[in-house]
Amino acid sequence: MNSFEWTEAKTVEDAVARMGGSSVVKAGGLDLLDRMKEGISTPARLVNIRNVAGLDAIREDAKTGLHLGPLVTLAQLDASSLVRRRYTALADAAGHAATPQIRNVATVGGNLLQRPRCWYFRSEDFHCLKKGGDTCFALEGENQYHAIFGNRVCAIVHPSATATALVALGARLELTGPGGKREVALEDFFVTPEKDVRRENSIGEKELITAVRVPPLSQGTRSVYLKQGEKESFDWPVADVAVVLERSGVRCTRASIVLGAAAPVPLRVRAAEEALEGRAVNEETARVAASAAVRGATPLSRNGYKVPIFETLVRRAIMAAA
Amino acid sequence: MSKEDERMSVEESPKGGVSRRGFLKGAGLTAAGAAIMEGGLLGVREATAALREPPVVGPGSVSVTLKVNGASRRVDVEPRTTLAEALRFELGLTGTKVVCDRGSCSACTVWLDGTPVCSCMTLAVDVGSRAVTTIEGLAPDDERLHPVQEAFIEYDAMQCGFCTPGMIMSCAALLNRKANPTLEDVKTATSGNLCRCGTYPKVFEATLAAAKTGGHGRKGGD
Repeated sequence: MNSFEWTEAKTVEDAVARMGGSSVVKAGGLDLLDRMKEGISTPARLVNIRNVAGLDAIREDAKTGLHLGPLVTLAQLDASSLVRRRYTALADAAGHAATPQIRNVATVGGNLLQRPRCWYFRSEDFHCLKKGGDTCFALEGENQYHAIFGNRVCAIVHPSATATALVALGARLELTGPGGKREVALEDFFVTPEKDVRRENSIGEKELITAVRVPPLSQGTRSVYLKQGEKESFDWPVADVAVVLERSGVRCTRASIVLGAAAPVPLRVRAAEEALEGRAVNEETARVAASAAVRGATPLSRNGYKVPIFETLVRRAIMAAA
Repeated sequence: MSKEDERMSVEESPKGGVSRRGFLKGAGLTAAGAAIMEGGLLGVREATAALREPPVVGPGSVSVTLKVNGASRRVDVEPRTTLAEALRFELGLTGTKVVCDRGSCSACTVWLDGTPVCSCMTLAVDVGSRAVTTIEGLAPDDERLHPVQEAFIEYDAMQCGFCTPGMIMSCAALLNRKANPTLEDVKTATSGNLCRCGTYPKVFEATLAAAKTGGHGRKGGD
């Protein structure tokens, strides 16, 4: 790890004023330290926001919905009875990410902003497209954990499990920068490699996530998150899926279906949602929707196995939310 | 407010990472130093503003006071020094093992305020006033081991032993949280702890047995 300077931010304004350039904000620090240890990030100064007061609240308001401070840990999301009862997909996404030790420290803000886990990106030895090189090594290389959609330029999958659930729940981010606050739908926050291969989201160099908001869910809305890894204990997902269903009687009035670990951004699959909306949710419609969810997939040489896994997870998640 | 008072107020941070001595050392060389050195150029107001800026320390050594196993220990570390390195190399507490150094194996598990974390992914300057408990601090006194340690011996819950301190810290934290855990609870609590010998079934057995005998030791809050 390179040497660096260290400073504690006292407030959001203080952090915003002092970040940018080679000064990088640190919250839980897990992804950042990982990259620094691998030599792919070499900040000159860390601005620690972990002790900034007032950024770790979980609260719900009937009008505005769920409010999460960016420093809420994955363990807190998992343990919160409010989140578990009303926003189940988010609690399960957080509770199945990484290890208990990491969940105790990792924050929801950091989870949304973490860099991809692609082993070519993570290795100092590969100067890949994402690091300013001219090749995506995954396209012709070891791509068993890579994208099956949107993978023509760069085949990373978005690494955030909470993003999968939060996009499905229609979450919005509050971002604070030198010019004040702005709000953005989480779905629109992520950036595809076609648009800019060097980044995964549109956060400004001097912006912080200062809140994650989930709009109020109508009565009877259910959300489910399912993850498939290679082993039972902690693992990155080879596939994860979040499904949110609003219903009126037996009919689905609105569906939100998001695939994680499928594409460089959390991937909302409208065709699958449309296959459910206006129809009764049952094994048959779930099958049709699941098949629509993976239509048009463009798997690479070693990750075709992910397509039927996604199809199965979508079907199961729909049935679990029904 | 005198300069000394301002230094003290800048330094105050409920859980912040840097000791008073570290601040004086670091800030003296950066913010305050710059203000004084450039005193001829900066007005009094600018110099005061520079002093109010939170201190910047490093990249060289900074003095940090860690609360480890109930005792205050001062260490000189660079900002990039991990808690695991500080414990092992500065304080000689080699019970905490470093294996992957990336948060993937949990061999380096210690408690911060009673909560298990990877000490390899925690910077020593980031610990602040949080109480650190290592495997060396788990036993209630010199005569007795922690019930989970006793059970690990009795149930032969180790082979090469390298993952054992981390495993025990995970299992003992679970019993503090939940006195009567299920097998599923133990599996979840140890899901981050890699054991390449594959001794998991014995770990599960030992932890459930320790729970039955009332497995409480230190809570790690002191």
